[in-house]
Amino acid sequence: MCGTCGCGDEASISVEGEGEHVHVLADGSVIQHRHGDHAHAHSHASDEHEHLLPDGRVVRHTHEGGGEPHPAHGVMTTHDHTPPHQHDAEVRRIAVEQDVMAKNDRAAELNRVRFAAENTFVVNLMSSPGSGKTTLLVRTLEALKGRGQKLAVIEGDQQTTLDADRIRATGVPAVQVNTGKGCHLDAEMIMRALAKQPAPVGGTLFIENVGNLVCPAGFDLGEGKKVVIASVTEGEEKPLKYPDMFAVADLVLVNKIDLVDALGFDLPALEKNVKRVNPKAALLKVSARSGAGFDAWLAWLDASARQTPSVKTPPSREARPA
Amino acid sequence: MHEVALAQSIVDIVREQARANHAGCVKAVFLRIGALANVEPEALSFGFESAARGTIAEGALLQIERTPGSAFCAGCGADVQVESRVALCPSCGSGQLLITGGEEFRVTELEVS
Ligand SMILES: Nc1nc2c(ncn2[C@@H]2O[C@H](COP(=O)(O)OP(=O)(O)OP(=O)(O)O)[C@@H](O)[C@H]2O)c(=O)[nH]1
Ligand SMILES: [Mg+2]
Ligand SMILES: [Zn+2]
Ligand SMILES: [Zn+2]
Ligand SMILES: [Zn+2]
Ligand SMILES: [Zn+2]
Ligand SMILES: [Zn+2]
Ligand SMILES: [Zn+2]
Repeated sequence: MCGTCGCGDEASISVEGEGEHVHVLADGSVIQHRHGDHAHAHSHASDEHEHLLPDGRVVRHTHEGGGEPHPAHGVMTTHDHTPPHQHDAEVRRIAVEQDVMAKNDRAAELNRVRFAAENTFVVNLMSSPGSGKTTLLVRTLEALKGRGQKLAVIEGDQQTTLDADRIRATGVPAVQVNTGKGCHLDAEMIMRALAKQPAPVGGTLFIENVGNLVCPAGFDLGEGKKVVIASVTEGEEKPLKYPDMFAVADLVLVNKIDLVDALGFDLPALEKNVKRVNPKAALLKVSARSGAGFDAWLAWLDASARQTPSVKTPPSREARPA
Repeated sequence: MHEVALAQSIVDIVREQARANHAGCVKAVFLRIGALANVEPEALSFGFESAARGTIAEGALLQIERTPGSAFCAGCGADVQVESRVALCPSCGSGQLLITGGEEFRVTELEVS
């Protein structure tokens, strides 16, 4: 585990082409570092401890080699450890009352502020693996490109840049985030991706989440709208089996409707199940293959982009990591 | 398995709190998890064990308090307890329930020495 950032040993999360990257620390401050500098070779064994730096950052380190400063993270200088922390035998209770999602929520808020400042409409696309997120995106981008909209995509997958490659083939910029063992995107990964590929000012940013109907539901990315895709090859009960995901959707897109007849799919049953879990969600039927239903989907995007809060001042460049 | 990521967040909170309170050792971590929080306690305990390894939280006991889900029934106006998001109203059988509680997921307390 990396002492600066808490990145796993595998450094399993990576953003395509990334050098330096940012992290949101537990106290909400944002740090920036690169892994090439310290290669994650250091172990943070038993004497590992944390320091609150004067600027509010928190670093963790060990004093391998007897109190030597640990320059790897570029922030440590010599310091003394008086008074040494002691292990008082007395057992006590500390009231904490902290929301476990608070760290992600803070990072999401930072993203949201930035999207508002840059007047970027952000759509978080979620579904099971293979429901058609990338196919839908490719067709959507082709349609929006024709109208001169500024566009960009962040692609989330555990491995490979295959989906980002499919997006780039349309001429729209895309950056791939590989989550390794992780099964969802979180707000900090979006922050890292934005450092690599800025949000399109005044345009639309699409985020394709990792194919998974469970945990992406719980991670706010700072997006404007959450769109959940359910394809007709998956069965009518999906909303009942994965209620947490359908409960957060602003829009449920029913995809692959070109297959409805062949499969004998019961569309009204699916609609009823969506309503039961989330009476407020909009619902549209499309085929990413044939383009059926796309007029309504593109109109929904237009209308949603217009509702999204934006700040009319130019973005503050100083606030962004250099 | 987002419980792994959630366990990591818990360990981060524990470390921060332990540091702020000059704790030498964390004996137990108290959590409150609502029935509708989309968290599987067993998977979470497993994830916590590995996320805590090598930190001050290593070996700490996870004490999980479950709180019930609650909802307001738009069908009959009752406040009811529910086990899931797709429950039917126990008084009138309607499916028009608005979730009002049970989504919380918090670290409430630590026991330290
Ligand atoms: N018949 C039909 N097939 C579709 C449609 N949309 C996507 N597909 C097919 O479904 C398969 C999966 O599509 P993808 O777009 O890769 O799905 P995805 O959700 O991006 O998948 P992951 O990124 O792996 O989670 C491909 O073979 C697509 O051609 C559709 O509207 N109709
Ligand atoms: Mg895809
Ligand atoms: Zn590091
Ligand atoms: Zn890092
Ligand atoms: Zn030190
Ligand atoms: Zn996950
Ligand atoms: Zn000690
Ligand atoms: Zn009722």
